[in-house]
Amino acid sequence: MLLKLTFNSLYARLLTVAMTVFAISLSLMLYMSVEKLRTSAYTSFTDTISQTDLIVGARTSSVQLLLYSVFRIGNATNNITWESYEDVINKKEVAWSVPISLGDSHKGFRVMGTNSEFFKRYKFRGGQSIELEQGNNLDDLYDVIIGAGVAEKLNYSVGTPLIVSHGLQSFSDHDDQPFKISGILAKTGTPVDNTVIVSLEAIEAIHVDWSTGAKIPGQITPVEEIRQMDLSPKNITAALIGVNSKLQIFQLQRWINEYPEESLSSILPGVALQELWRIVGVVENLLLGISVTVIFTTLIGMTAIIFSSLNERRREMAIWRAMGASPKVVIGLLMLEALIISVMSIIVSTVMLFLTLYVLQPWIDNTYGILVNIETLAVKDIYIFMLFILSASLVSLIPAIRAYWFSINDGMTIKI
Amino acid sequence: MNLQLTQMEKSNLNEKTIQIDSVKFHWSNKSKFKLHIPELSVDKGEKVLLLGESGSGKTTLLSLICGFLTPLSGKIQLNEKLINDLSATKRDQYRSDNIGIIFQQFNLLPYANVIDNILLPLYFSKLRSANVSNQRETAISICQSLRLPEDVVNMKASELSVGQQQRVAVARALIGNPPLVIADEPTSSLDTDAQTIFLDLMFSQVASSNSTLLMVSHDKSLSSKFDRVIDMKNVSVKEQ
Repeated sequence: MLLKLTFNSLYARLLTVAMTVFAISLSLMLYMSVEKLRTSAYTSFTDTISQTDLIVGARTSSVQLLLYSVFRIGNATNNITWESYEDVINKKEVAWSVPISLGDSHKGFRVMGTNSEFFKRYKFRGGQSIELEQGNNLDDLYDVIIGAGVAEKLNYSVGTPLIVSHGLQSFSDHDDQPFKISGILAKTGTPVDNTVIVSLEAIEAIHVDWSTGAKIPGQITPVEEIRQMDLSPKNITAALIGVNSKLQIFQLQRWINEYPEESLSSILPGVALQELWRIVGVVENLLLGISVTVIFTTLIGMTAIIFSSLNERRREMAIWRAMGASPKVVIGLLMLEALIISVMSIIVSTVMLFLTLYVLQPWIDNTYGILVNIETLAVKDIYIFMLFILSASLVSLIPAIRAYWFSINDGMTIKI
Repeated sequence: MNLQLTQMEKSNLNEKTIQIDSVKFHWSNKSKFKLHIPELSVDKGEKVLLLGESGSGKTTLLSLICGFLTPLSGKIQLNEKLINDLSATKRDQYRSDNIGIIFQQFNLLPYANVIDNILLPLYFSKLRSANVSNQRETAISICQSLRLPEDVVNMKASELSVGQQQRVAVARALIGNPPLVIADEPTSSLDTDAQTIFLDLMFSQVASSNSTLLMVSHDKSLSSKFDRVIDMKNVSVKEQ
């Protein structure tokens, strides 16, 4: 009967209660959204590259190597020679490798030279492969494949001609050797989306008339002649390596790091990603702080709402007391009310969150490259909900204790 | 007054429903107000009107009798049970078992229907609940005795007229036959005709339950309808 009357009481104040539930639901939804984004951003970040066991580059720090080889941020301090690269990949532990050559750009987007292995071996989001959405592979020397972000921002399509600029902020273009877009990759949510991919041979080809970073004055080799030249790469910037057995990773890593012919660095991408995330983790802490503040504000809001309804409900509580309800029952009724409101808010917020995510997921993925998981609530969310219900019941003790004093002092004297 | 006593009235002789001795009370925050009642008693089955001006302490006295408040000194006995020595929880239980209360107005839980309002005291009192074999039918029967329309029982309390609400409040106070019914100015919001009808109905129901009625009012014109009138001026001692 008490439960039925509590529900009736809440129903009688439907508008106020609905607004309260809505307000709390919005706060809870905000909390869950921030948490979802936080965890999804972390997952998307650490899933930028997967199933690659080692990244090899010239001697540098692990974060820097990761930044330029995977995120295309910053520059390599040095290249590694093709001979050194061959020494590494000829080791029996190496199952596969992808050479990467960086240094040029196109309208702010990084140009990456690689081979066909890149499309087979580069994995993201726990093992997904990159796929061509339109067009073909790099069949011709001057073919280029662009990421989805490049195509979208520059409004490019298959067949569009493309000029590669020398370096990252150079005013010199390799305009004597124009490329043509042969394919556009599907969206990955990784830096690949913002990359212009050419063959390693193409990188060599566009630098035929260049020496030590500058164009050789007056030298213009015809394209037909270049096509006949040996364009085998002499240097690369980095290489992605896969090993035959995970047990061999550290052994190979040590060998590369101690390689006597050239100063090389090899890093474990997972470890370097964690290291990098710790650097940008300030943002994560900020989001966590926002989440906690939102929950705290929600609890204060609910207490305030119960408080504000106390005066108008003093007569009701006097009736309960007159019927024999002890002050403890009055406290229990208010706590039960807070419990019902918090459970309803959790249900409403969860439904609202999933509906919102369902609608916004493709947009978040396309715009920010963050794949938000909308399949289930995390176990942590369930704990947070339970903690919220417990906290809501506890904070409702404050107005409930006030109601207790009202009910003790009012007796039959209340005249509202 | 009929001098022939009925068997029931004879059995009620000398049985006190309320017995108050040397009770003193004052609010801690209202230093000027002090209530001192040297002696007051109400016999079993009596219909007593407690008259008094506003601020004379009528409602405070009711709160003391109901056990909402406890006196600073003195004794309050209900059915020969000393209630001011009971713990707060036991006083609450004693109240729900033995006292039906009718407030001045806004008597009912507005969001509950008439039946739920009437049955509410039974939820807190096993004793009164045991007196009612079929709760819903009993509630409907009391409503009929109080001349409430049939369709009213399932209506929300907030949908009733003031007169109907007061009658439902009487039904709630009487369900389970509590020995004492206390009414705090229940007729103040009714006109004269409605007052007479309400009081007649309440008296007949109180009589059929063999309950004692203590009603508070400041309206002296009601005096003739009660067995006895107690004026606060005569029972309380002014202490400034």
